[in-house]
Amino acid sequence: MTLNRGRVRWQCRRALLELDLVFTRFLERHFDRLTDDQLADLEDLLRCDDYDLWAMVNGSKACETERWKQVIDLLRER
Amino acid sequence: MNVAKRTFDAVIVGAGGAGLRAALQLSEAGLKTAVLTKVFPTRSHTVAAQGGVAASLGNTTEDNWHWHMYDTVKGSDWLGDQDSIEFMVKKANEVVVELEHYGMPFDRTDNGKIYQRPFGGHSMNYGQAPVMRSCAAADRTGHAMLHALYQRNVRANTQFFVEWNALDLIRNSAGDVLGVTAIEMETGEVSIFHAKATIFATGGAGRIFYSSTNAFINTGDGLGMAARAGIPLEDMEFWQFHPTGVAGAGVLITEGVRGEGGILRNSSGERFMERYAPNLKDLASRDVVSRSMVTEINEGRGCGADKDHVLLDITHLSPETIMKRLPGIREISIQFAGVDPIKAPIPVVPTAHYQMGGIPTNYKGQVIAPKDGNPNTPVVGFYAAGECACASVHGANRLGTNSLLDLLVFGKSAGESVVEDFKSGNLTLKPLPDDAADASLARIARLESQKSGTDVHEVRLTMQRTMQKHAGVFRFKDLLSEGVTRILEVAEQSLHTEIADKSKVWNTARTEALELDNLIEVAKATMVSAEARKESRGAHVRDDAPDTAEHPNGRDDQNWLKHTLWYRDGNRLDYKPVNLKPLSDDVEPIALAKRTY
Repeated sequence: MTLNRGRVRWQCRRALLELDLVFTRFLERHFDRLTDDQLADLEDLLRCDDYDLWAMVNGSKACETERWKQVIDLLRER
Repeated sequence: MNVAKRTFDAVIVGAGGAGLRAALQLSEAGLKTAVLTKVFPTRSHTVAAQGGVAASLGNTTEDNWHWHMYDTVKGSDWLGDQDSIEFMVKKANEVVVELEHYGMPFDRTDNGKIYQRPFGGHSMNYGQAPVMRSCAAADRTGHAMLHALYQRNVRANTQFFVEWNALDLIRNSAGDVLGVTAIEMETGEVSIFHAKATIFATGGAGRIFYSSTNAFINTGDGLGMAARAGIPLEDMEFWQFHPTGVAGAGVLITEGVRGEGGILRNSSGERFMERYAPNLKDLASRDVVSRSMVTEINEGRGCGADKDHVLLDITHLSPETIMKRLPGIREISIQFAGVDPIKAPIPVVPTAHYQMGGIPTNYKGQVIAPKDGNPNTPVVGFYAAGECACASVHGANRLGTNSLLDLLVFGKSAGESVVEDFKSGNLTLKPLPDDAADASLARIARLESQKSGTDVHEVRLTMQRTMQKHAGVFRFKDLLSEGVTRILEVAEQSLHTEIADKSKVWNTARTEALELDNLIEVAKATMVSAEARKESRGAHVRDDAPDTAEHPNGRDDQNWLKHTLWYRDGNRLDYKPVNLKPLSDDVEPIALAKRTY
């Protein structure tokens, strides 16, 4: 089943402002160009708790799930 | 038009701490309960609360609810209602112990009790010394609380409608509340949630300001819905600001940075706090630091191309200290200011943090409004709790750790009131008016057909900049009156928003336009209420109401010891008395005094 892009975009709304700001940048730069596989990886990553996600984005915690790494790299871009 | 209808005993809008706590009360009592939430429950903004929850357990230092009550009344600058405050502080131990039983992982003392830490404004023996009253789960108290409450609700079979956006409150001709309309994002269909009781727990609206620590979801949806349905909003001029948010981003830089030796500087590099607070300097209280920063900016000594911020300098600290003691701050600064604080100072501005006002309620969580000469008449079928509500326990200024307590106590209390009213037969399913969904359908239809309209992002940005400039942390008479004109212009623009994406399902552009409809109501309420209140009190500080012998701290109890009520219709203001009488005879009223620390 293909994921609905609008749904994944909405799920980038988070509980922490830090992540909202990171995702705003990511949505502008990368979201429309994500492949279906990348979109599925993102959707999987978005299931994480916000503090874990923020820790992976700011680098204080290493990302240990292979399929998230590419998206995390895009989120880390400044 | 034919709209799908679902029927419940109770519908709750919002699944943060207050909504989940209320839902638990209803579901465990066997009521058929629906919780609508626009994001997954554990992604609510309660997650961001770090400090802890206040309760006078006395596990580490001696404590009792009388001291907690005194601190809260004083913190509120005497605008808080003493019946609600007594109720909240007395219930604190009970709701915290309940959470403990739900599996909340509180920090522990060596002998296994809940560990408590000190927090600003909380004291023992009526202001004599700091007290250890905050119960915390490391720096993730809100996060842990939300997970514990969510799990418990799953066990109690609460029915969640996730990614549903509530649109409007439904009232009948008598003014009774009969439920809400809501749109399911996945289908784009509007439904009616018909219920005997409706509880709003939609959180705050910090996004009305340009610089805010709030997540993007904090758009005051419940306040907008209530205002459009003719319910007044109470004390909306009172917003708590934090002095150090990253300029342009809003992300909070904790007080701990100044505790470690951080220094605030203006455009000429001057340590300006030496002029405003010669003793405490950069460690003066939040409001003093915030107002000093704004004065520097207003007088042309701000930094950057637009001279719109000041600098928080920690470059004199060793890199080892920064890496060891402030690692999170370094990451935030690099991410959002593009500055490594080891090498250059961080641009900061005072940043909106918490909304003290909201939908007026009593201590039972019943929404109240003036009717037939009684300013506190319950609106039948309508309840509210948490940041969207005004009980009023925070008055003109909230103490840290009292917000998590507020949402637990009043979430539970609203739930208990519904169960009680339900069992006594006071709540019935009243017939829906024929036009129950018309207003919501018209809003959706307008968005679909709007041509040559305004841009949602531009209108929102104009609103946020207007609020920041005209109703920020330090308020000026002329800016406020000009601000009323400006915000009404923005409100006019918001009536004509146009979205390019007209798709029916998962249309985030439409969701943002609907959120703006709610934000603008809160913005108008804030500006109009702030312009009208001609005194300084708590977080509302005006340059034309300074500290004098006659009016200490600029506070004018003779004329302004009263709650503001703003009505959307005609931007009308009304006022009602502050309840200075506690709930019981267990305690004497806390007498008016100057608020000094």
